[in-house]
Amino acid sequence: MTPEGIRREVSAWLDEKWRVDRPLIEWREILLEGGWAAPHWPEEWYGRGFTLDQTAVVAEVFRERDVVPAAQVGPRGLASETILACGSDDQKGRFLRPILTGEHTWCQLFSEPGSGSDLAGLSTRAEFKDGKWIVNGQKVWNTSAHHADFGLLVARTDWDVPKHQGISYFLLDMRQPGVEARPLRQMNGHQSFNEVFMTNAEVPPEDLIGGEGNGWHVAKTTLSFERRGFSRRVRGSSLDGPKQGPIYAEYDEELRIATEPYTWYPQREGRVDLVLPRARETGAIHDPATRQEIAKLICLYTGAKLASDGAEARRKAGTTEIIPAGSIGKLAASVIARQASHVHTMISGADAMLSGPDSAADGIIAEVLVSVPAISIAGGTDEIQRNIISERVLGMPKGFRADQGPFRDIKRNA
Amino acid sequence: MQTEFSKEQNLLRDVVSRALRDKSPATAVREQMASDRGYDEAVWQELCGDAGLAGVHVPEAYDGAGGGAVELGIVAEEMGRTLFCGPWFASAVMAGSALLEAANEPERQALLPGIADGSTIATLVLDDLNGPAGVGGSIRAAGDGKLSGTAAMAVDAHVADLLLVAASGDTGGLGLHAVEGGAPGLGVEPLQVVDPTRKLSRVAFADVPARHVGDVTREALSRIWDRICSALAHEMIGGAQHLFETTVNYTKERYQFGRPIGSFQALKHRCADLLLEIEIARALTHHSARCLDAGEGEPYVASMAKAAAADACMSAARAGIQLRGGIGFTWENDTHLWFKRAKGSEVLFGTPAIHRERMMTMLEGAA
Ligand SMILES: Cc1cc2nc3c(=O)[nH]c(=O)nc-3n(C[C@H](O)[C@H](O)[C@H](O)COP(=O)(O)OP(=O)(O)OC[C@H]3O[C@@H](n4cnc5c(N)ncnc54)[C@H](O)[C@@H]3O)c2cc1C
Repeated sequence: MTPEGIRREVSAWLDEKWRVDRPLIEWREILLEGGWAAPHWPEEWYGRGFTLDQTAVVAEVFRERDVVPAAQVGPRGLASETILACGSDDQKGRFLRPILTGEHTWCQLFSEPGSGSDLAGLSTRAEFKDGKWIVNGQKVWNTSAHHADFGLLVARTDWDVPKHQGISYFLLDMRQPGVEARPLRQMNGHQSFNEVFMTNAEVPPEDLIGGEGNGWHVAKTTLSFERRGFSRRVRGSSLDGPKQGPIYAEYDEELRIATEPYTWYPQREGRVDLVLPRARETGAIHDPATRQEIAKLICLYTGAKLASDGAEARRKAGTTEIIPAGSIGKLAASVIARQASHVHTMISGADAMLSGPDSAADGIIAEVLVSVPAISIAGGTDEIQRNIISERVLGMPKGFRADQGPFRDIKRNA
Repeated sequence: MQTEFSKEQNLLRDVVSRALRDKSPATAVREQMASDRGYDEAVWQELCGDAGLAGVHVPEAYDGAGGGAVELGIVAEEMGRTLFCGPWFASAVMAGSALLEAANEPERQALLPGIADGSTIATLVLDDLNGPAGVGGSIRAAGDGKLSGTAAMAVDAHVADLLLVAASGDTGGLGLHAVEGGAPGLGVEPLQVVDPTRKLSRVAFADVPARHVGDVTREALSRIWDRICSALAHEMIGGAQHLFETTVNYTKERYQFGRPIGSFQALKHRCADLLLEIEIARALTHHSARCLDAGEGEPYVASMAKAAAADACMSAARAGIQLRGGIGFTWENDTHLWFKRAKGSEVLFGTPAIHRERMMTMLEGAA
């Protein structure tokens, strides 16, 4: 379908269906039925099998007409992609719809105090007893867990096999007595992530995804999706300007809660968009040394975008080369963010000591300087991405491993 | 605007790559770099006379293949990969671009066909190789058309049948002038160079008879500069890719401490970072050629490409030596050949810093 064809079809549909006086959930149900909630999803699951470019056309029409889209913010995308790729029809039937309507929010329960990069070394325990899975253990750095309804949980179900083989993947109901999320304060002052304690938390057998012992495979699906998203902006920012109509009030409230953990995410990407305006406003644009660094940033930023577009096009064309676009894109995003932070520091000079309302761009620049360190950690550190690129793309030999054999016998954190 | 290579372009790459692998192995490179002329005339005849590689970007009206900067870039990239020795860059890229951008129609008709079929070896002589702003500072064209002054360095002038010289005229404007190789008063003195695969000479003009072939406006000079820099960026990307592939392969074969050195994380991470740097530079480089052909895109695309490709190629060259250890520092090992080309190309037509400043000037005005 051509962009114009899509525009025409979605516009005609909106003429007929879109009204600002419907309750939010009711509108989203209509959106789902119409197949416009997630056009890039497969046809049997609310979608139209659109490409991402085609989907972007739909999103553009929605924005132009101030139409409230399906719920999008936060880790719910990780959940829906994982369920679409690895879930049973029963799971797709139960979980996908409330993700799109916004009734359910999700979080990712992967990292633990004892295992972050070494995710497969996790030690949260799930045991099958009396017809259900009983979970005990602790997770940490879990973004949005404090208001999530469900969690994507990886836990160990077999301690006597090598570590990757003993993991299972669960869809955990967070609203139960055995689950407690406690917010943690980050170096930039925000509280986006949490520690999550599970004490005899329960999961019904039908909420195990991908089969027992197959959790590592499912987790890799989630991670590759997550990494690909790093070079993209968090979507679903509020519609421009105040809008009249009951549905907007509901939508704004949803966004206020859902986006609260992410208000600083653009800052962790370095705010490349503010570099030239700031350089002009401060006069730093005339400083030869700063100009060099700005030019390097522009090259990095432009080149990384072109490279990722090119990789996407080759992937679509069915290339046989290995393109771990997620790892390369994530590493590029880190390099860009660090360079941007470096340039913002040069531009601000001594003013970079200030934060808050008295500081540059109402504290945004200060927030860049203390948020950029997150991008090279979250979603797999830079070092881990380099390991993946060198081993998977370049075929460099794996190093010595100290973690083979039954998980029970492997040295780990106390 | 095009964002991917077409089938025909991929085919061109395959053909050129196969021919160069065959005609320009490292043994041939070593032979030519030690010779005075610096290239093998039989190979030149095959690649340019028969296969038409010097005319890929020349319009069909002038007996070329009718391609553009993209096709030129493809050939340059493959030549950089094999370190092809010969006056292709001087003749096809430098002189060709100057004629296409600045010569009068009759002169294009007279001069381009010879360049396109390889029967004329041409070069472009500029009295400043750092940036377009300084061009015309030294070489002057007198009222009678005769040239005087010096170009401190000119690429492959020692074998050129035709020298296209940018000189400032009486009224201050810049013109392009054609000088025949061996013309009276022309002094071509080969120079000692860091990179012996690209020969440089000092060219002195003492009242040398010349023919004015066109005016060179500052805009035209900037476009000539862009075309040359885009092609040079391609050449560097080819070199970087060769250095990178051979280096990664070496780390898989060389054992220390009972394991392949490629299993050491310090080396893996260096290679992963290099991959990213090359990917970014390659994307900018290919983009620059597409923009030049379409007349679209950022006005500073060629400078982005030149700066990024030069840095990436030097990173690959440094890693190429370092990751080989002692053997990498020997004359016998081939890595230094690519290292030296990388060093030469890094500074030819402007260092990365000069190009970054040129970008910023185009974007924001002068500092
Ligand atoms: C802002 C933010 C949000 C996050 N959100 C979530 C979330 O929602 N859900 C979730 O589950 N997790 C989340 N995380 C956790 C994140 O995935 C982990 O912090 C990350 O994977 C690193 O694990 P770690 O903190 O245990 O550090 P470690 O793994 O202990 O790493 C410490 C250092 O050792 C290096 N290192 C470790 N192993 C290797 C190796 N093999 N080779 C080379 N170097 C190595 C690392 O690169 C790092 O520099 C979040 C983190 C941040 C910062």
